[in-house]
Amino acid sequence: MKMIYILTLVPFIGILGFLPFVNRIEPYVLGMPFNIFWMSMWVVLTSVILGLMYKLDPRNREGDQE
Amino acid sequence: MNSALVIILAFLLIAIFLGIRSSKGKDMNLEQWTVGGRGFGAIFVFLLMAGEIYTTFSFLGGSGWAYGKGAPALYVLIYITLSYVLSYWLLPEIWKYAKENKLMSQSDFFVSKYKSPALGILAAIVGVVSMIPVIVVQLRGLGIIVSEASYGAISMSAAVWMGAITLTIYVMISGIHGSVWTAVIKDIMMIAIIAFLGIYLPIHYFGGFQPMFEAIDAAKPGFLKLPEQGLSVSWFISTVILLVFGFYMWPQVFSAIYSARSGKVFRKNAIISPIYTLMLLFVFFVGFTAILKVPGLVGTDADLSLLRLSIETFDPWFIGVIGGAGLLTALVPGSMLLMSVATLLANNVYKEFAPKVSDRDVVRLAKMLVPVIALIAVYFTLNGGETMSALILMGYSLITQLFPSLIFSLKKNNPINKYGALAGIITGLFIVTCITLSSSTIGTLLPSLPQEAKDLNVGIIALAVNFLVMITVSFVFRKQKVQSTPKSFNNI
Repeated sequence: MKMIYILTLVPFIGILGFLPFVNRIEPYVLGMPFNIFWMSMWVVLTSVILGLMYKLDPRNREGDQE
Repeated sequence: MNSALVIILAFLLIAIFLGIRSSKGKDMNLEQWTVGGRGFGAIFVFLLMAGEIYTTFSFLGGSGWAYGKGAPALYVLIYITLSYVLSYWLLPEIWKYAKENKLMSQSDFFVSKYKSPALGILAAIVGVVSMIPVIVVQLRGLGIIVSEASYGAISMSAAVWMGAITLTIYVMISGIHGSVWTAVIKDIMMIAIIAFLGIYLPIHYFGGFQPMFEAIDAAKPGFLKLPEQGLSVSWFISTVILLVFGFYMWPQVFSAIYSARSGKVFRKNAIISPIYTLMLLFVFFVGFTAILKVPGLVGTDADLSLLRLSIETFDPWFIGVIGGAGLLTALVPGSMLLMSVATLLANNVYKEFAPKVSDRDVVRLAKMLVPVIALIAVYFTLNGGETMSALILMGYSLITQLFPSLIFSLKKNNPINKYGALAGIITGLFIVTCITLSSSTIGTLLPSLPQEAKDLNVGIIALAVNFLVMITVSFVFRKQKVQSTPKSFNNI
């Protein structure tokens, strides 16, 4: 259960915590300025993290009614 | 009438047709009209919520900010994404409690949790006041789309009136079911068009994404970074946090939460939702393309950038398709907002004062209120001079004031009582109002602070004071309660 709580914080740290260091244009990645690329990457990672949380969460193994 | 307007009108007729069809053969009581009978599965709830979250604001306002402000526009992408992380924990809790207690609205939630009808009325009023700016955004969007697609034949104010009338008729016919089916079409249309525009326009005009960004960087140095002051890194972080707190406080979003079949629905939807949000990137790309191709749109006119650029590029029939999709992105959330405001006023304010009224009369009153609210929104749309983004941020700073007492109410032993919740929310609202009317920033209030602190979103101050007042008042009244309950407060 504890792992899930840590995972919850990861997107916040990845996006907001790193913002002062990634607020730059060079290098371009996938045609995007670095800051825009960084944020887009984290949007995708957030989906991955939420998927992990879903798998780890015992509540989701029950039926549809809870 | 040009071909663009004909196509937009066709979209409108389809939306109204779907609205009529979906409500046919159903006896619409209050629960069905507002929470769809609490039987929606994951896909329906997803579409319903997406229908509320991706409004004209994301369509026109998002590109408008990318056009006018550059990199700070990305806050839209980030706050929505991070809100889904919060939703994983928050929504199942809210849903579960609402189902167990057969709640219909957000204020029912406060009434039930804090055993205080007064708090329910206050929450309803906060909801109504916060939603008006968001309805204004939808009307502005409808106005922009229709007047631009008419190539100037229809004036902005005439278009706003037409939009308001359409919206009113639509809501009175359909209720939430109509919204869901139109939401399906709306989302498919919107994604297809935004993805097309966001990929085609940069390639058409610049030969690719990187050449476009390099051209912008050369023409406007620093535009693609968060600036050193103003909309800086600390502004970005504080704004995102504020909006994440406010994201699920909207009464119409609460109604959508109640419509789910189970709590698991939300945890499932949280996984896919952030990727879905990525479509906003394409909206920004359109705005970025417009910077060098249709320059000179200042102030509120920045919201026109997507349509102006499209008109420069495409034939009228395709403007009609873009306009039609845009119309739906205003109609779906607009109808839900209108319905929520009307239901809140009828059910959670009026009925509190006249408890003997039957449910049927409440539904009738709610329907009668719809055109009245639409009129009020038209007034503000025609007289206000704010960009969509500014309006949305104002609505958020108001609605976020519900967050502290709502979060605490989910705890098993809630240390906050109704006096604390009431005092906190009222203080928060008061501060937001003062700050908005005097258009202060932290920089003007406390000029001696370092730049990072000056750029913090002012909504954070209201939220912090709200929180402190809530805790203090709860603590003070808890102590007195042990000795004797003050009589005058028994009826609150």
